[in-house]
Amino acid sequence: MTEVNTPEKVEFSPETLKKAQEIIARYPEGRQKSALLPVLHLAQNEWNWLSAPVMDYVAGLLSIQPIEVYEVATFYTMFQIEPVGKYVLEVCRTGPCCLRGAENIIDYLENKLGTKVGGTTTDGLFTLKTVECLAACGFAPVLQVRLKKEDGNYIYYENLTPEKIDNLIATEWV
Amino acid sequence: MGIKILTEHIGKEDLKPIDAYMKYGGYTAVKKALTSMSPDAIVEEVKKSGLRGRGGAGFPTGMKWSFLAKPEGKPRYLVCNADESEPGTFKDRYLMMHSPHTLIEGMIVSSFALGANTSYIYVRGEMMFVIRILEKAIAEAYAKGLLGKNILGSGYNLDLYVHPGGGAYICGEETALLESLEGKRGNPRNKPPFPAVSGLYACPTVVNNVESIAATSWIINNGGDEYAKIGIGKSTGTKLISACGNINNPGVYEIELGLSVEEFLYSDQYCGGIANGKKLKALVAGGSSVPILPANLITKTANGESRLMSYESLSDGGFATGTMLGSGGFIVFDEDQCIVRNTWNFTRFYHHESCGQCSPCREGTGWMEKVLHRIEHGHGHMHDIDLLVDVAKKIEGNTICPLGDAAAWPVGSAIRHFRDEFEWHIKNPSEATRKGAVYRKEAVFA
Repeated sequence: MTEVNTPEKVEFSPETLKKAQEIIARYPEGRQKSALLPVLHLAQNEWNWLSAPVMDYVAGLLSIQPIEVYEVATFYTMFQIEPVGKYVLEVCRTGPCCLRGAENIIDYLENKLGTKVGGTTTDGLFTLKTVECLAACGFAPVLQVRLKKEDGNYIYYENLTPEKIDNLIATEWV
Repeated sequence: MGIKILTEHIGKEDLKPIDAYMKYGGYTAVKKALTSMSPDAIVEEVKKSGLRGRGGAGFPTGMKWSFLAKPEGKPRYLVCNADESEPGTFKDRYLMMHSPHTLIEGMIVSSFALGANTSYIYVRGEMMFVIRILEKAIAEAYAKGLLGKNILGSGYNLDLYVHPGGGAYICGEETALLESLEGKRGNPRNKPPFPAVSGLYACPTVVNNVESIAATSWIINNGGDEYAKIGIGKSTGTKLISACGNINNPGVYEIELGLSVEEFLYSDQYCGGIANGKKLKALVAGGSSVPILPANLITKTANGESRLMSYESLSDGGFATGTMLGSGGFIVFDEDQCIVRNTWNFTRFYHHESCGQCSPCREGTGWMEKVLHRIEHGHGHMHDIDLLVDVAKKIEGNTICPLGDAAAWPVGSAIRHFRDEFEWHIKNPSEATRKGAVYRKEAVFA
């Protein structure tokens, strides 16, 4: 694993740490491992992807073994376990979206960004990925992007067209 | 238009603020349940209502509740399954986005009925915007004394939390969801023991879909008998249907069970017909896992009766000529869609989402994906069709959880009803792989 983007000192900011502790308190005593998914989301928001030192830090925070974090982070598709661009564009590729032109949108993005699905643009701004059904089938085609906010947020961009994508790239994902 | 019980007030104003929700009678069920009913009486009303699990399985909710073990000294849990990930399904998201308190009210009533003092709503992580809405609504409910200690002076305590998933279809399976909620990989558990005996943290647990829980408030307010009057036969009540694909009005509709498929598909108040004036080719009525039907079998049963949106009518004829209501993910295919390509797409989905625990599913979904890929891309052999049927049959029923069945059914049904389209791909590889080319057999169009 490359060390790009890996901070020297892995530690949540005081605000994020407070948030993590609030989350841990939602579960019964001794069941702090339950907080793993929500805390990994916080960590990903803080460091953009989950490097081994970040996962080790989360393991320490929850008093569990690092392997318990690795096996979970590699199972769930939302967690990036390799360096990614500032914006990870995750386009739905499942049947209902394809009925409404998702494949054309994926082709368009590959051409527009000059990278294949799975790749990152040379300026480090975009990583292009495909994902399975996002529960937005009525508003297809759709892609999701995580925007770095206080506690992380994923935005769905729906009813996509090439024009809409051009506009988002020019004005919103900068 | 039929009766609406979950979405009646959506659109009148923003129902996210608790005061707006209460203006339309919100939280009266909590008051009634906690101050004038016993938990057993609530379970009894839900049983009488005939409400069936709205996540896809259609198991009677009241019966599921009555299985909950009540050993001394062990907490019990209610977990709401809001992991909505079945392709074609986006109904729970709609309800939670537009009326989060409908779910929260149902959670309070249901938790009280089950004797749970801590409950969780497991929402798929991608729907972070829904999680924010729910968290805000829960904070409002705490501020009004509807959650927390001694709710409305009843002596009943309930804490309610939202838990985000991490992106895994399998976590919609209830035991995988519980594993995930415990901070583990979403590997389904062997049953028995069922969650009702040993669920979250090995304690008795009920897992219910968003829509099922949301319906309980209306049942408490109006009585189980009144609910059972809505709908048709054993398909009581209303159902949220999320309609998508090649139709004029994609979206979420609350229908009274028993509405005809034809009306739902062609009426302007629902799907509004096939988009761009095209013909209907096929339909998946209940999410990607249920058998696909050709147009001539979807609006009419094999006996020529009008097909209805109900558990019984949609499954009329068994898998030979019927399908299932499932989750209510209504996916419409027009005459220009390729069944082989879609079957390959769905199978890729199940392969991607298989947790890998059981070999028939882990390996079988991958083999089916490869075989379908080669047929779709012009490299198929005639014996591949029977090979697919054989693999699908060997996955079905041979896995810990229903994902194996869910992966097998779309393949089996596509070949059952569209075998000639698969053959056409194999016999005419250069034509079949031409962009935009599609197999047409007029007999199946409606």
